[in-house]
Amino acid sequence: MEHILQYFFAYKEAIFIIALSIFLGIEVISNVPAVLHTPLMSGANAISGVIIVGGIILVGHADLSRISVDLILGILALIFGTLNVVGGFAVTDRMLEMFKKKKTQKAS
Amino acid sequence: MNQILGIFDGVSVTIGDSLLELSYLISALLFVYGLKKLSHPASARNGNIWAAAGMLLAMVTTALLHKNDAGNPIPLANLIVIILAISVGSAAGWIIARRVKMTAMPQLVSFYNATGGLASALVGLLEFPKAMAGNFGSLLVTVLGLIIGAVAFSGSMIAYGKLDGKVGDIRAGYMKYVNMFLIVVTLAFGAWVTFNGGQPAEQMWAIWLLFGLAILYGVLFVMPIGGADMPVVISLLNALTGIAAAMAGFIYHNQAMILGGILVGAAGMILTMLMCKSMNRSLLNVIIGAFGGGGEAADRDMGIMKEITVSDAAVLLNYSQKIVIIPGYGLAVAQAQHIAHELDTLLESRGVEVRYAIHPVAGRMPGHMNVLLAEADVPYEKLVEMDHINPDMPNVDVAIVIGANDVVNPAAYDDPSSPIYGMPIIDAHHAKNIIVMKRGAGKGYAGIENFLFFNDKTRMFYGNAKDSLQKLASEIKNM
Repeated sequence: MEHILQYFFAYKEAIFIIALSIFLGIEVISNVPAVLHTPLMSGANAISGVIIVGGIILVGHADLSRISVDLILGILALIFGTLNVVGGFAVTDRMLEMFKKKKTQKAS
Repeated sequence: MNQILGIFDGVSVTIGDSLLELSYLISALLFVYGLKKLSHPASARNGNIWAAAGMLLAMVTTALLHKNDAGNPIPLANLIVIILAISVGSAAGWIIARRVKMTAMPQLVSFYNATGGLASALVGLLEFPKAMAGNFGSLLVTVLGLIIGAVAFSGSMIAYGKLDGKVGDIRAGYMKYVNMFLIVVTLAFGAWVTFNGGQPAEQMWAIWLLFGLAILYGVLFVMPIGGADMPVVISLLNALTGIAAAMAGFIYHNQAMILGGILVGAAGMILTMLMCKSMNRSLLNVIIGAFGGGGEAADRDMGIMKEITVSDAAVLLNYSQKIVIIPGYGLAVAQAQHIAHELDTLLESRGVEVRYAIHPVAGRMPGHMNVLLAEADVPYEKLVEMDHINPDMPNVDVAIVIGANDVVNPAAYDDPSSPIYGMPIIDAHHAKNIIVMKRGAGKGYAGIENFLFFNDKTRMFYGNAKDSLQKLASEIKNM
């Protein structure tokens, strides 16, 4: 019990952020129309690629003097993270562009 | 940048450090703002761009301003490697995103989700040996990030394979027990790795084994889940990737990662719940219960299906006043959304009112059908959600069911033994006439008999959806 309380204290800011972001996430997403489910999901998916920041830190401070398993895995993490981020945002934009195109047609 | 601002808690803080944290705050706010705008049709595209801007900001400031524990910035050589890796990832992501067909969107989202999950798992794997022995808090988040990321990775890859038709289902009853056993073993082993108190760097075998177990669990977890449940699984895996990224955020004490990850996790969970509700099933039921088959309907005397000819169908449609098209995945597979739109404009020009009834789980991911019809330029206001169309169904002259099956199966109302009993459906059976376009007389994706097809008001129109619609359109044109 003491251990748990100790860790709660050590990580209190992060735990606050987690608790509040859960509510924020629910609040932000609630009542989203069905038409946006797919773009919302792929957009959110791209945001979860924020792990790329971890990849940058890993590779950034990696030892480049020799090729190690760690270095290769770090670079792979970075490549896959970027794939997630760039691909996710690009495909979301492509989908939303289709929705928009239709709107302008209707106006004309 | 290296000018020291002051000393807090015994650590000196430079301008660069402060700017870095400030940029993370701005990134986190941009994620929230972008996601908020993404959930409204008019502002969605801007929202996506704002979120992307937040990501770019976090990437650039991390590369330029991040320092390791020894206080050293990222060296130029490493910076070049980073830029190269990012270029490779960006080019690949961009090309795939531009080329993918809209019907393949569920596969693509699964694939991207897999890459994000793998990145999280790898970060966990590489950070593990750097953790201090006995620092249970940081070991716990590292191990959790690794497990969740690995499950999201392998699960999404299997989901991708299934959606793409490359991987089949395993529907054996024992899978339920295998999976329960495996999840318990994985979590127990994870707990041991976290709390045994040894030097993490000396336990690399354990972390690799844990990685392998989590990968295996991800595979076996998605294997038994049937196609009809795919929207739930994709949303769930999406949520997992977000949570894995948040765990990695803990490792780096990075608030932008924590907030972004949890935000995605919460959003993914809401979509998951929404999808479960649309199928009237609990999440647990989707995860452990294999879906499909069964139901007394299989043994019941169903009557006979009655076919309709092209010309009869054309006459029926041409002299109707209200038509509702109910599209399903079959329409997407046949790439028939464009010709469906052609047919509906043709009918509208003859004074027929045409609308589309969209079931929440039509297609293979949440909202997939809306995207497909938007691609075919079907106006937004013609798409009607299930709850709004059902009360009006008795006034509809013809309901055209194109490549949909379970979402119009009345067994959901009256056959308690059916696996889809209780699932909300589009009430096609209340329409005055029903035309069902289908490739053949077989069962749907979930393998359940459909009473609707044997209804006296129903006429079957066999063939590939695209060809059938094409024939129908040219027949009506000649009238």
